[in-house]
Amino acid sequence: MSNTLLPKLYKTMKRIRTFEERVSELFIKGESAGTMLHLSIGEELGPACVGTAMQENDTFTTHHRGHGIFVARGGDPNRMLAEIAGKKDGYCKGKGGSMHIADMKLGHLGANAIVGGGIPTVVGAAMSYKYLKEERVSVAFFGDGAMQQGILYESMNMASLWKLPVVFCCINNQYGMGTKIENAVGVKDFSKRAESFGLNTLHINDLDVESAYHKSKDIIDSARKFKPGFIEIECYRFYGHARMDKSPYRDESEESEKRKLDPISFASNQMIKNNILDEDDIKKIDDDIMIEMDKAMEFAINSPINEETEIFKDVYSENDPLPVSLDEKINKILNN
Amino acid sequence: MSDLNQNYFEKITYRDALRLAMHDAMQEDKNIIIMGEDVANYGGAYGATKDLLKLFGKERVIDTPISEPAIVGAAVGAAMSGLRPIAELMYVDFFGMSMDQIANQLAKIRYMFGGQISAPMVLRTQGGTGRSGGAQHSQSLESWIMHTPGLFLSMPAKPNDAYHLLRHALKIDNPTIFIEHKLLYNTTGTLDKKNIGAPFGKANILRKGEDVSIISYSRMINYAEKASEILEKENISAEVIDLRTLYPLDRETIINSVKKTKRALVLSESYYTSSVPSEITSIIFENCYKVLKKPVIRYTAEDTPVPVAPNLEKNYIPTIEKIVEYTKKVCN
Repeated sequence: MSNTLLPKLYKTMKRIRTFEERVSELFIKGESAGTMLHLSIGEELGPACVGTAMQENDTFTTHHRGHGIFVARGGDPNRMLAEIAGKKDGYCKGKGGSMHIADMKLGHLGANAIVGGGIPTVVGAAMSYKYLKEERVSVAFFGDGAMQQGILYESMNMASLWKLPVVFCCINNQYGMGTKIENAVGVKDFSKRAESFGLNTLHINDLDVESAYHKSKDIIDSARKFKPGFIEIECYRFYGHARMDKSPYRDESEESEKRKLDPISFASNQMIKNNILDEDDIKKIDDDIMIEMDKAMEFAINSPINEETEIFKDVYSENDPLPVSLDEKINKILNN
Repeated sequence: MSDLNQNYFEKITYRDALRLAMHDAMQEDKNIIIMGEDVANYGGAYGATKDLLKLFGKERVIDTPISEPAIVGAAVGAAMSGLRPIAELMYVDFFGMSMDQIANQLAKIRYMFGGQISAPMVLRTQGGTGRSGGAQHSQSLESWIMHTPGLFLSMPAKPNDAYHLLRHALKIDNPTIFIEHKLLYNTTGTLDKKNIGAPFGKANILRKGEDVSIISYSRMINYAEKASEILEKENISAEVIDLRTLYPLDRETIINSVKKTKRALVLSESYYTSSVPSEITSIIFENCYKVLKKPVIRYTAEDTPVPVAPNLEKNYIPTIEKIVEYTKKVCN
């Protein structure tokens, strides 16, 4: 019992869910930048187990449904929510938003809004680590949708060919937007695809986060020794694709059945059953998280907006002149 | 390349100028790597990386699988993580394969991530007609890049520029797309390692003139120069401007030249519609309309796919005869 990581993993999953609930609230309050907010409620096990199994200097890219992974890797909820609100204090000064959040200090090489777009990034990062003799692993997180993108297989082949410290991690939530996986793939056994590239593979299809953590850690540790790996974590996207999606393409009965497969209540029950924590302990954890995330909401809402000139910054390096605004261009022509 | 350490070459090919630029840059910066299809053992489809494998080893000169999206994507990841890759796409036409990684990833990393990081890399490729390569191996797709904020774009015509612009691109923090021309590799010129000619982002006025401005870049510069010699014999003094880089674009030199000559012909091997010449023509009109004596002419390739048949391909792009003919009409 003393060695168990379950409370830590539970806390990570709970923080992810509470964070995502605040994202949803931010939208309801009209404080989010837009509606393209992809929540990972129900999918917390993957980010928690793989995120925890990675080491401090390891890096990663995520897909558009990546808030949870960043929370698991130490993302500051204040700055994350500020980014999602499009505010100045956000990780990317509000210019990336939910789908392009990144933080180089925490090894977050970027969330990506192109399905599969961030996968080759980790191949290149791993090329750097190998060349520079840095002991780091880079992990690409993506959904089941990206399993159908060619770039994944180009990347797997390169990782295998060059023996790179890379892990490909598929969080399979069963839906590519509104299309059920059965309607998108001919063969569902994703591990077989990865095996054919010579990758170490792992398929997780249960709710035991601690065992998933240990198995993931083996894959990541092997990757550190230049044996790239592939992890698939099956889960269920509890809510719609993005904040406006009410999931008309699936039955409510399916949703209510699948929501019973909740990794967070499973972990909570496991802890109580095995006398790791009691209900009061768990409530205390939950309450602290509520307070933390409420503060993050407040921070995001109160964070200042950008000056208008921010539009023109960061297109090119700071040594280059800023792009000229359209207003300036047009007035120059008219005053000519 | 007899002596790599020479500073001045009276006559060097465009290809060797590029090889030398990569060689010198790699000697200076050990984090520069080259990756692409057949860049190592084969030495590059057009020989631009010949012998670099021997000199720098397989850790730095890397043959990749035929995976253009992942070549660019991996280079982006490497550039974000401490290396300075030179990724090679064998043909510019393969932009079609890689455009997500070029336009949605590479170009936008600095901006989307709020200025935290860039991807300092050079994407080398080559385009253009002249070898009956057909519709998928002969295009000039620079406008795709110019239409994408976040990328620097260089298209040198002369060996000295090929060397210095590539050297510069390998020092700056902006991702740079470097488009060569397949028929320029064997052309020759001088190279002075100590004389950059003009800074990156500035155009070169290759020939001063009074009557008309011929504005171009890449291989068409050589056509423009030849046409201007013929025109001179007919008492037409053409100013030839080699843009060298399309981002940054030297608007000032274009505008000043046309304000002086009051006439312009913009020359390129790209398609006519929505092309780099379209953009330059707009700039000229917006800034010089009061002085223009004639409409600005965009002389480009036809708005059709590139044909293979040599007689068709030859007349598909601008010809020197027609440059002379159109310029004379503009000056009439």
